[in-house]
Amino acid sequence: MIKHLSILYCLFCVKLSVQSSPDSTNLIQSLVAIKSQGEGNRKAMKAWPQVSQFPPSAIPQLLEAMNRANDLGDNWIRAAIEKICEQNTTQLPVQRIIAFLQDHSNQAESRHMAFQILQSELPSKADQLIPSFIDDPAPVLRQKAVELILSKARNSSAKPKAIKLYQKALIQAREVEQIKEASRELEEAGEKINLIQLMGLLPEWQLMGPFDNSERKGFSVEYGPESGKGLTEQHKNKDGIVKWEKFSTQDELGLVDINQKYGELKEVCAYARTTFHSQSAQSAHFRIGSKNAWKMWVNGTLLFSRDEYHRGKTRIDQFIIEGKLQEGENEILLKVCQNEQTQSWTKQWEFNFRITDRTGSAIHSSGSTIK
Amino acid sequence: MKNGFLFLLSLLSPLFLNADWLQFRGSLGNGGTSITSITQFSKENKNSWKSELPGRGLSSPILVDGKIFLTASSGPKQETLHILCFSQNEGNLIWERKFKATGRTICHEKTCVAAPTMVSDREVVVAQFSSNDIFCVDLDGDLLWLRGLTYDFPNAANGLGMSSSPLISKGVLIAQVENDADSFTTGIDLKNGEELWRNIRPKGANWTSPVLLGTGKNQKVALQSTKGISLINPTNGKESWSYQNGASSIPSSTPVGDVLLVPSNGLTALKTRTGGNSHTEVWQDNKLGPGTGSPAISGNRFLVINKANVLTYAKIDSGEILWRMRIKGPVSGSPVATRSHLYFFNEDGLGQIIKLGEDEGKVIATLDLQETILSTPALAADGLYIRSDKNLWKISQ
Repeated sequence: MIKHLSILYCLFCVKLSVQSSPDSTNLIQSLVAIKSQGEGNRKAMKAWPQVSQFPPSAIPQLLEAMNRANDLGDNWIRAAIEKICEQNTTQLPVQRIIAFLQDHSNQAESRHMAFQILQSELPSKADQLIPSFIDDPAPVLRQKAVELILSKARNSSAKPKAIKLYQKALIQAREVEQIKEASRELEEAGEKINLIQLMGLLPEWQLMGPFDNSERKGFSVEYGPESGKGLTEQHKNKDGIVKWEKFSTQDELGLVDINQKYGELKEVCAYARTTFHSQSAQSAHFRIGSKNAWKMWVNGTLLFSRDEYHRGKTRIDQFIIEGKLQEGENEILLKVCQNEQTQSWTKQWEFNFRITDRTGSAIHSSGSTIK
Repeated sequence: MKNGFLFLLSLLSPLFLNADWLQFRGSLGNGGTSITSITQFSKENKNSWKSELPGRGLSSPILVDGKIFLTASSGPKQETLHILCFSQNEGNLIWERKFKATGRTICHEKTCVAAPTMVSDREVVVAQFSSNDIFCVDLDGDLLWLRGLTYDFPNAANGLGMSSSPLISKGVLIAQVENDADSFTTGIDLKNGEELWRNIRPKGANWTSPVLLGTGKNQKVALQSTKGISLINPTNGKESWSYQNGASSIPSSTPVGDVLLVPSNGLTALKTRTGGNSHTEVWQDNKLGPGTGSPAISGNRFLVINKANVLTYAKIDSGEILWRMRIKGPVSGSPVATRSHLYFFNEDGLGQIIKLGEDEGKVIATLDLQETILSTPALAADGLYIRSDKNLWKISQ
């Protein structure tokens, strides 16, 4: 009993003192400071029960903290906000939450959380805001506005009106499935859509291969193109000298089918390289799709590698890797490996690739992609 | 008075404990239970209900202290992870927690991010998702800790989706995160989410779940992979014995006493020796291989549904087949059983109750829910709990 009373007293004190007091800032910081592999969990465990008892007026402060949190901290804060809302549905600072949502300088995920609060507590208010997200930098909000347009297009009995809606959706969409739907409908209506240009898919590459991947060991072998002398004109494979050769895909979604170049080989690797001209130094998303094992280097730095074969199909934006483009030329190098499986669904040796900004908008190379 | 109350509680507690269904395939993790349950299906019964779900899922409901805990995933990329708590009696939603997936959410169309089943020690519930996000909350939904295992280890993912359900042993959460690229099993301190140990595991897609073998201080955990079985100590991850003749990567092993029925070369019964540091092979039968679901225990018998939709009833001690019958499949979930009846749903949503006799099995009830069902039911004395992508159902008789 005494224990319960003391907990209640502590929580009461927290409620009284929460308005950006040093204590509340420290408590929130415990949730922001979470790191990988459970580091910070103990502090967060102590802080969370108190943070989750903050008054609803603290929600904007918590949303602001989400701006600074990594994905794990985001989830800790998200759970606290949810608990606060659950206990205080009638006292939410609605105008401040909307202001936070509409401020594009806030992070996409924390703005989405602000939207989810409204959606949960004031659904009609949330619905009214959706059309305003049509050119929002937050992909998850923009997607809702595009979905609204697509929905109207699907339900429109007047074809010219539907086409206009699909055209608008296509321009505004950043999510692959929405782009595909709008372009499919427009092409059925007779329009020609260049998805490669629209999505910034890179169709032109230089390929070098094949290199040995027996027993899947080639994935880890540093063949010539990924060695220090990577981009020189020729390297050795087990059969002799191989050179970089131009390859341009005709696929409407930029799929580079390496089998077209070398035949349907097994237990092999190939390299693909291109030069990407960026008008400025900038953060970028390097987006690769491949059902084969692959590695990706940008300007000589390995960004990510994935040693997995044929677990599902190749998709656009299958892997989104954050990185940086430097101003001017950027060397993109990919290694794509094929394994030993012989089933019909394992013959693909392929990839697609594009570069976008954080909103999902395509970044186009400002010069030739092939040197 | 106090002593009298405790005495009464001690009499009642086994009933409460029996009423719980704490993990994938029940509190024993073998699809079997000692309770008796329904022998008919009735959607119209006043104790039957259905509740709409906010997202997809292949996970099963678990039952703890009159509450049902279940996961779901929603959003264009299944990026929203739901933990749901319902009342067992009325089916009303008591609380819901929503989190953001921090790992990969791309899955094969047939499965989804909410594939693993939750686990509970009656104090807390733990949810793991295909994104390898793990959340530990108390029974009121208050967050205790969380982990993002793909956030920690970015190559810990399967392009088709993960489905291994976690379990709890000796205060340790065992999470099997096995795949082609960064394959491991980890023991996480249930108190604070910190890693106690992490074992590198064979590379390869693996959708099986760990199971408990033995009880009390001798309890061990069996990990299955295409290589076979590794029996480990849950507190430090050290291996006690291994079986290396291969095993399936889809149906899981079924523990009963000191015997483990392993989907290997059909089905293989392994018996752990006293002390738990070695094992013997009791029998093996290639006619007993399960399909997608795992075998279920019913008393001293077990049941297997194979890929051809044939249900087999056999003896645990010898593997002797007592009878076989064709059922209406295909079945993706695992069957569950009392000592006298077997329960399962096929993929089209057709629920079937089989009365288990020594000489034959007989279908005594069917119910068509007309929804795709790929999950395993949970059993209680007054009904059966099953989920589709759209609804959570309680079916009484």
